[in-house]
Amino acid sequence: MHEGGSPSPIAMPAIKPPLWLLAELTYACPLQCAYCSNPVDFNGHGKTMDTETWIRVLRDARSMGALQLGLSGGEPLVRQDLETLVAESTKLGYYSNLITSGIGMDAARARSLKAAGLDHIQVSFQSSEANQNDEIAGMRAYAHKLDMARAVKAAGFPMVLCFVLHRDNLHRLREMLDLAIELEADYVELATTQYYGWALLNRDRLLPTLEQVREAEGVANEYQARLKGKMDIYFVVPDYYEKRPKPCMNGWGSVFLLVTPDGTALPCHAARQLPGFEFPNVQTSSVKDIWQTSDAFNRFRGFGWMKEPCLSCPEKEKDFGGCRCQAFQFTGDAAATDPVCDKSPLRHLVDEAVSSARSTTIEKPIIFRNPKNSDRHAIKLAELTTPR
Amino acid sequence: MSEPDKKIEYATEYKPLHDGPIRLARGHRIQYETVQGCDVLLYPEGVVQLSESAAMILKTVDGQKSATEIAAALMAQFPEAGDISGDVKSFLEVAHARGWIA
Repeated sequence: MHEGGSPSPIAMPAIKPPLWLLAELTYACPLQCAYCSNPVDFNGHGKTMDTETWIRVLRDARSMGALQLGLSGGEPLVRQDLETLVAESTKLGYYSNLITSGIGMDAARARSLKAAGLDHIQVSFQSSEANQNDEIAGMRAYAHKLDMARAVKAAGFPMVLCFVLHRDNLHRLREMLDLAIELEADYVELATTQYYGWALLNRDRLLPTLEQVREAEGVANEYQARLKGKMDIYFVVPDYYEKRPKPCMNGWGSVFLLVTPDGTALPCHAARQLPGFEFPNVQTSSVKDIWQTSDAFNRFRGFGWMKEPCLSCPEKEKDFGGCRCQAFQFTGDAAATDPVCDKSPLRHLVDEAVSSARSTTIEKPIIFRNPKNSDRHAIKLAELTTPR
Repeated sequence: MSEPDKKIEYATEYKPLHDGPIRLARGHRIQYETVQGCDVLLYPEGVVQLSESAAMILKTVDGQKSATEIAAALMAQFPEAGDISGDVKSFLEVAHARGWIA
């Protein structure tokens, strides 16, 4: 119970409001991308929530101070009530972002979403080359995506183009950025694959080499300088090649609240895999209780949970010890130092993953994200993250 | 909100802020947030909390006035602040480099 105004018995820093609500409206998706951020066992999760429940979540989170709303999935366009949810978010004063593959869009739907007040659309591409795009997506999608990117701009939306980068497409970065210019993107997100869930299953096949990463960095810098003030380009080096971990989610339970299709509230995309957690559900708890008082959201707030070398590290307020899920995946302990950090005694585990990927050839089959593979690989992933 | 259907011209080198009419960039808006107790600038997937003076300047950006005219309007509104035209223009220059205004 949270009682307004009464002093907390435990000395905790004040809990700031969530700024971001990511609403994963469905896990249904026509694409089968092998780096999907959805959990591998998505097919076994609970029932997708209805319109009324989502509207209540939108209202509750907004009253807590949430400002940015991500409408995501799966493919959010699968939902027939998307326009209703957008209209509600407009009424509430959210800045609404639709995060889509473009499949399920047409010019008329782009216009109806605009009329409902949607602020922005992010369209993802798998590659700048048609065949490669469709191979990674697991379906013929590229030509339609190009049309939809144009329809998004024609409807008057600002557009972010998102390219997910990995070993097989990183050499096309220049081509991708030229495509973004041609499509008049306002922002380009060069989203380096993050190795959780599906991407972790496929890590040996997807992790680029250091040489590839450095070359791509050079290209990104060149275009950033050229397009300053016209088109923002975000590029982040895969953290496996960094010496310090990423400040994951800007801190656990700090700004980001994710709600899955079945109503589970998570501090990040990958947290559901962590053992010893009971993640709250928006159907049985209020967003306020979830954010402020639930054990799950408080577990890694502040610095009290940290171990060495994080605890005495002067950089702990900058990177919060890195990513809890990555720490768990490598070490079996979610409270350990993210082993990307070269102060971690277990950094060699990351280096071993890099070598393992380096010795993997393109003959190794990629595991595509679909319901069949979800059932088949849910157990395999659990084995991959078993403590060593 | 209607945006002029103007093709974006991509510069090969960054051009500093012009002295023509300035507008908020496409997809940007300012709103007051009671929870935060301040104005915020919202744009695709991003939010910036604005200081009082930053909010004041950005709220004077209306698609009609130039940087010089914005500074003049603010000085007319706050004569006690003295000559703030240099500060206003350098803030607008930063806002332009960040893509908040065009």
